[in-house]
Amino acid sequence: MYARWVLTALLAWPLITGVVVLLLPARLAKYVALAASVIEFAISVPLWWTFVPDGGMQFIVDHAWIAAWGIHYTVGVDGISLFLVLLTTFLMPLSILGSWSYITKREGGFYALLLVLTTGMIGVFVSLDLFLFYVMWEVMLIPMYFIIGVWGGDNRLYAAIKFFIYTFLGSLLMLVAIIVLYVHAGRATGVYSFAYAHLLSNAKDLGPVAWWLFGAFFLAFAIKVPLFPLHTWLPDAHVEAPTAGSVILAGILLKMGTYGFLRFALPFFPAVALSQTVQLVIVILSLIGIIYGGLVAMVQPDFKKLIAYSSVAHLGFVMLGIWALTLQSVQGALLVMINHGISTGALFFLVGMIYERRHSRLIAAYGGIARVVPLFAAILTMVSLSSIALPGTNGFVGEFLVLIGAFRTYPLATALATSGVIVAAAYLLTALQRVIYNPLTQHENENLTDLTPREIAVLVPLLVGILWIGIYPKPLLRRMEPSARALIEQLKPGTVQAPPAGAGAGAGGGQQ
Amino acid sequence: MNLNPAIPRDLLLSLLPELVLTGWALVLLLFVAWRHRTVRDLRIAGWLTLLALVSTAIAIWWLWWNRAGVRGVVSMIAADDFRWVADWVFVGAATLTVLISFTYLEREELLAPEYHVLLLFGTLGMMLMAAGADLIVIFLALELMSVAVYVLGGFDRRRARSAEAALKYFLLGAFASGFLLYGIALVYGATGTTNLILIGAQLSSAVRPSAMLLAGLALLIVGFGFKIAAVPFHMWAPDVYDGAPTPITAFMATGVKAAAFAALFRVMYQAFAAVPAWHEIMWWLAVITMSGGNLFALGQRSVKRMLAYSSVAHAGYVLVAVTAGGVAGTSAFLVYIVAYTLMSLGAFAVLIAKGRAGESDVTIDDLSGLAARRPWLAFALAVCMLSLLGFPGTAGFIGKWYILIAATSAGQNTLAAILVLTSVVSAGYYLPVIMAMYMKPEPIEAAHVDVRLDRWARAAVAVVVVGLLLFGVWPNRLFDLARSAGDSVHAVGTTTAAP
Repeated sequence: MYARWVLTALLAWPLITGVVVLLLPARLAKYVALAASVIEFAISVPLWWTFVPDGGMQFIVDHAWIAAWGIHYTVGVDGISLFLVLLTTFLMPLSILGSWSYITKREGGFYALLLVLTTGMIGVFVSLDLFLFYVMWEVMLIPMYFIIGVWGGDNRLYAAIKFFIYTFLGSLLMLVAIIVLYVHAGRATGVYSFAYAHLLSNAKDLGPVAWWLFGAFFLAFAIKVPLFPLHTWLPDAHVEAPTAGSVILAGILLKMGTYGFLRFALPFFPAVALSQTVQLVIVILSLIGIIYGGLVAMVQPDFKKLIAYSSVAHLGFVMLGIWALTLQSVQGALLVMINHGISTGALFFLVGMIYERRHSRLIAAYGGIARVVPLFAAILTMVSLSSIALPGTNGFVGEFLVLIGAFRTYPLATALATSGVIVAAAYLLTALQRVIYNPLTQHENENLTDLTPREIAVLVPLLVGILWIGIYPKPLLRRMEPSARALIEQLKPGTVQAPPAGAGAGAGGGQQ
Repeated sequence: MNLNPAIPRDLLLSLLPELVLTGWALVLLLFVAWRHRTVRDLRIAGWLTLLALVSTAIAIWWLWWNRAGVRGVVSMIAADDFRWVADWVFVGAATLTVLISFTYLEREELLAPEYHVLLLFGTLGMMLMAAGADLIVIFLALELMSVAVYVLGGFDRRRARSAEAALKYFLLGAFASGFLLYGIALVYGATGTTNLILIGAQLSSAVRPSAMLLAGLALLIVGFGFKIAAVPFHMWAPDVYDGAPTPITAFMATGVKAAAFAALFRVMYQAFAAVPAWHEIMWWLAVITMSGGNLFALGQRSVKRMLAYSSVAHAGYVLVAVTAGGVAGTSAFLVYIVAYTLMSLGAFAVLIAKGRAGESDVTIDDLSGLAARRPWLAFALAVCMLSLLGFPGTAGFIGKWYILIAATSAGQNTLAAILVLTSVVSAGYYLPVIMAMYMKPEPIEAAHVDVRLDRWARAAVAVVVVGLLLFGVWPNRLFDLARSAGDSVHAVGTTTAAP
């Protein structure tokens, strides 16, 4: 029973409550929004137990929508999308709680947009109909555009329109590609349908057109990831967005790009995606992302921009893991996606909290504040370490899996990517030192107040996530494994090693 | 109900909506001959106009419901679903125009109820254009429509820009009519007939089209190109749209353009389907219209001028549907034109609310902070802008999606790609409107105090917004209608081509 309504409820609930929030008086908005997002999370939690890791789609709902074009409302999740859905519902209440005192104008609109955004994001991850997927992909664009443009920093208009136009350009070309696929499949079989499975099984025999189609999908997803050199919208958007916007951008929106590669670009066009040229291009771009992103992060005076560039580096690992296509690397990539959502989300929350007190994001404005705000300093240290991938934190498990998995496919590239871990340590630890250690020189910092209970409530769930995945990632890996295996089997038949008896989670379970 | 135009009764029946409208227009003309001085007269004339349009819509509905059609006979008047659907669009556009005209006319002190009479005659011309199955009927209808709109364009005769617009429109329009007429003459010379179906039948059996026919076809395309404001025949459009009274601009951008396109579809696919030469011309016309319209619009600060150029760009999108052709192209055109009529009229309606007496330019910056002061109005304009941009969840997206499907089905992948790339450019001028309304502060305190719509314009805007969102999410009924209309145009071409 639960299986039949859960995904629809996850999509409809935030949309309905979003409208309700908009119509209520502004002072009630945040309470209602928080309640709504907590309920949303509660609805999604049983997915964790009811999900059966068998590699197929589950919780499928299928209704005709626009029958004349073969458009259906079809949703479902598998081991790849399950955690992204859960990550979304997990981060939303925290984002709302984190905006509690940060957002002071037009509160109703802000929280309503956050809720509508939730629908769009979950919709992207669960859509099994390409029309629905495209609609959801675009729908989340508008709330984010408004969140950056209305509640953002000084340069918000520029950042908002840049974010919008970059994403819009990529997605419109993807739209044409989807339609070409649809017409192709319709011609081949006589059945005109946007269903994922239908298009997937008829994406063969495209000839040279496949290169163009892959290119269109690639552009849409690569902008979102973002891959170097399409990343320039990201620092602007991240820096200008309000805290909740940054958290969601980094935590979830970027994952849509990598998810798109896993779900669409790779399975639809395996011949193109795994051709020598494309592999070379993707690996080189990921490497540039990892190393260049890290190096640029190192010289940022603005803490938020530093985190933004570190995202470019983290997502480079994900891309490398996906394209290496071994069981460990794909699982690692999925795990990095989750970890990045948790760790970078936490970092953005922390920067937002200190910004609310001191109204500066510049690293140089701080120094030695560990003595004034010890709790803040402790949590920042812990989160930074997880972002650096210290063993015992979630970051380590993900990146380590990617590296050992990718080493078998791309030994040289992986060796170079390892240096990215060192660069990450260099920029984050330096920043950490300059912000919370060093002598306390600036008087403004002497009266900072430490974290409030509300802020602790925002951070504790994230810290629990960091430690849990760091110490015992097996429950996640076990649920991801069949889907990852199925994907690889489909793309590179016969290359997945049989799972060692009794070790269902592959290498992942044994890492700690 | 099969109508035989040789029988007078059937002929009258097939022209029922036009006859109803003509009757009303004459009654109204008599009325305004005596009553044309006060605001009250103007209102009554407006009410009668609405009544006329509603009864016409009912007549159309009756014919559609009874599946009236002229089948198997060569006639000057077509009666098919294509005509009924197109007629609804014209009547709908005219109705919305009347609704948004009430306050406008009073504010601008245009106390001349002839306005409404001309509007009715213009609509009548449009309906006949969609009905014409003969080049001469189409030409006469085009003139009927154009003459009415020439006058409407210059209706605000005290304002120099309105007069300039009317003169420009009239001169260039007369030229365009000349081209069209000469084209018709050449086609007649080459084929010996002006009936679309007979031309089609002849051309499908001819081995190669003669040079005279091709020259005639080229002149026809030029003539239509003027009316739909395709680049490079668009030069008049921005000035005329800018100078004309705003409700008339809306009427021109939606109704007039839709009528020209409807006639173009019928002419091209019923008469010249067998001539391959024009497809390539249309291809290029579509490409330069889309890129030109969008690029020019990018530089505009005045909202009205921006919408004028954007309407050029949208003509380009519809030209993609013309190029794609087939049932899909024709239905895509109908769906698109419904969406475009709604969103364009909605945008102009909000613009009227913001404008002040004397029609000073409303720039994009003038809209700053509108959302804080007039949230519903800003919301309506935002929906229209997003729909014009082709954003999912709105009718504009559905229309664009259909055009893309039509284009890719016809193997025009490049054209589809160009369409979306130029759409990205259009984000550069639609978004600043939203940005100004929502993200910028009010320039001065109380900048938007006198911005309001009267209750009828408000109803029009509400209908537009609901329609845009409804068709954006649930376009099924619209599709079925458009599909059968598309079928009907092409069915005629194929059945009569056979014998």
